Amino acid sequence: MNKQLMRGSHVIAEAATRAGCRFYAGYPITPQNELPEYMSARFADLPDATFIQAESELAAINMVMGASMTGVRAMTSSSSPGISLKQEGISYMAGMELPAVVANIMRGGPGLGNIAPTQQDYFQATRGGGHGGYRTIVLAPCSGQELVTLTMKAFDLADTYRMPVILLGDGLMGQMMEPVSFPDPIDPADLPKKEWVLSGARGRDSRLIASLQLDPVKMEERNWKLVRKYDTISQHETDFESYLLDDAQLVIVAFGTAARIAKGAVNRVRGEGLPAGLFRPITLWPFPANPLRSLAASIKQILVFEMNTGQMIEDVKMSVGDISPVHFHGRPGGVIPTPVEVAEVITGLMR
Amino acid sequence: MSTTKTIFSGFGGQGVLMMGYVLATSAMHENKHVTYLPAYGAEVRGGTANCTITISDDPIASPVASFPDYGVLMNTPSLTKFEGSIRAGGLVFLNDDLVDVRPSRTDIEVVNIPVNTIADGLGSLRSANMVMIGAFVKKTGLVALETVINSVKDIFAAKGADIHERNTAAIREGAAFIEKPIHG
Amino acid sequence: MAQQVFKRPESLKDNVFHYCPGCGHSIIHRLLAEVIDELGIREKTVGVPPAGCAVLAYNYLDVDMGEAPHGRAIAVATGIKRCRPDLVVFTYQGDGDLAAIGTAETVHAANRGECLTVIFVNNGVYGMTGGQMAPTTLPGQKTTTTPGGRMALRDGHPLDLSRMLALAAGSVYIERTAVTSPKHIIKTKKAIRKAFKVQMDGQGFALVEILSACPTNWKETPIEACKRVEQVVATQYPLGILKDATHEPTADNP
Repeated sequence: MNKQLMRGSHVIAEAATRAGCRFYAGYPITPQNELPEYMSARFADLPDATFIQAESELAAINMVMGASMTGVRAMTSSSSPGISLKQEGISYMAGMELPAVVANIMRGGPGLGNIAPTQQDYFQATRGGGHGGYRTIVLAPCSGQELVTLTMKAFDLADTYRMPVILLGDGLMGQMMEPVSFPDPIDPADLPKKEWVLSGARGRDSRLIASLQLDPVKMEERNWKLVRKYDTISQHETDFESYLLDDAQLVIVAFGTAARIAKGAVNRVRGEGLPAGLFRPITLWPFPANPLRSLAASIKQILVFEMNTGQMIEDVKMSVGDISPVHFHGRPGGVIPTPVEVAEVITGLMR
Repeated sequence: MSTTKTIFSGFGGQGVLMMGYVLATSAMHENKHVTYLPAYGAEVRGGTANCTITISDDPIASPVASFPDYGVLMNTPSLTKFEGSIRAGGLVFLNDDLVDVRPSRTDIEVVNIPVNTIADGLGSLRSANMVMIGAFVKKTGLVALETVINSVKDIFAAKGADIHERNTAAIREGAAFIEKPIHG
Repeated sequence: MAQQVFKRPESLKDNVFHYCPGCGHSIIHRLLAEVIDELGIREKTVGVPPAGCAVLAYNYLDVDMGEAPHGRAIAVATGIKRCRPDLVVFTYQGDGDLAAIGTAETVHAANRGECLTVIFVNNGVYGMTGGQMAPTTLPGQKTTTTPGGRMALRDGHPLDLSRMLALAAGSVYIERTAVTSPKHIIKTKKAIRKAFKVQMDGQGFALVEILSACPTNWKETPIEACKRVEQVVATQYPLGILKDATHEPTADNP
């Protein structure tokens, strides 16, 4: 298959288009501006596609909400502060059970922070992010080719489970170029028909898509219904990568860009004869808790490495309990740690 | 070759990111694994630019370089910034016309190339980055020179044949300098 | 044999309105339903209700409806309409929704000339939340958050967003009406009808601001409240056409 050297943000945009996405609304924010820029050009050639540069992140996510109500595959993207603004809409879509894909190309925080790559929105992404207690599926790609597969998968998951799916990258993923290849585009007309969309009440009763439910008993039912859906997702959709785990005594747990760096570190210490391996969650929610727990029984220690001050480590600790000691190495603020730095941490723990 | 990391650095307008892009594209055309990692955002808008290119026969773990094997440093601030991180035994390519200091380290090899002078001699100062990539590839053998020329042709396809000829001449001149350095 | 001269519009569900006595919402709902029936668009209309007293508008209007967060109705409607230009899409919003929390969405949709019909109900208070000051509250008006009356220098001036929207290049038709008397109700219906026609002809952004009474929160009787609309509120927000850039569709300029 023909490979192209492409920037991560462009890869997401192209993959989304090939997944049948035909609506994009967004607002400029570094480091993901190349994504809407690409979309604006790409959609200009597609008569059935709409690109809107919205007046705000709020407007953008709500436009996506409206588009999703019509059944069109819709997405928005932003970076950390902009994602905070979108949380209102994401919560509503979780409540209304509307599919959408939201890409977060994370940067430093809190607040305005900076534009350097971090993983400081792990909590926000994996805990729902907005009000009301809900979940979004969170996918964490770590390479250009995985940006293709996970972006396309995000649309499928969003439609299958009727919920927002977060594609969680960072500034480095968004800016980095790697050779990628794309599958053939999906024709939106070939996608499964959605029976719940707003299309005008022709030959049927009028429809309502709403999250409002004033009756607490019915609202409670709806909450439990969502939980059942989330349980199904947890059972069927967890995904992770194992790297050199067979004989590993120390396992480093890392996702996204940090996992790339961690893999480099594992290779280094392996060169020195130290049996380390990498466990990389690909779905951050649902978190691959059971496989990690099984793994913990056969190793000596776990090192969680994140580009933040320690967020995923809570999920790791919940997964492994007391089975294995869990250490942490973190670099927040947009500092890009080197493989050597992480290798030194591993070496320090193993010797 | 297992895995090689190169950092390109200079100020905006020197075509630093383009050098990295050309190398990365060439590596892709030779079916190697490659990552191109640019420094982005405010850092770039402030006038300096750099990118890290990782090339490997195997899937690339980290696109981040702890200790780059090669540094292509187009101005003095770039040398100041990256001299310390080059791998011992590594190779540094300096733009001899603009870098007015010399590395203090003795465990790295230094290649001084007057790329501005050479490009100017070809009638286009803007081709200095092409001179440099030609020299870099000739010296390191990371990819074939002809691959680079073909990649550059593709990249600038829309700019026409004149530009391609100019770029090709600059790349070849850079390579020729490595074969037969002209000091002065 | 008796001839039927009055009936429930097909687009209105057979439900009893929950609105307070004297509230304009039930009248406006009915007018909307009548217009949708008369234009024959019930089967291709999608409505976006607001947060506020009319949040349950879908209990009454028998068309497809999709909820929006407070203030975001026009953004949601934009997404719907851009994906399905063949549908007729309207929003139904109060003054807090449209002229406070949703100001940005409203102004920019008008400026982009989104082909939408906006029903803007201005009663000068936040009704559902208990009668707090709205952006449209009149100077001196007592609300639960301006117990001594709205002071412009402290609480801001009454905001006439419709006039601002009339300045937007993409707005085509903006009219202010009231639902306080049969005469005004007939005018309102005509304006709503026109605002739908503008959209159906693909001309751009159309908005009808309807001055409506909130006797409960104004602490007045329905009759007093209607009088207040005509004699006091309408002096701050004069009735009439604020912008009419519509044209008769021609072959060259549909």
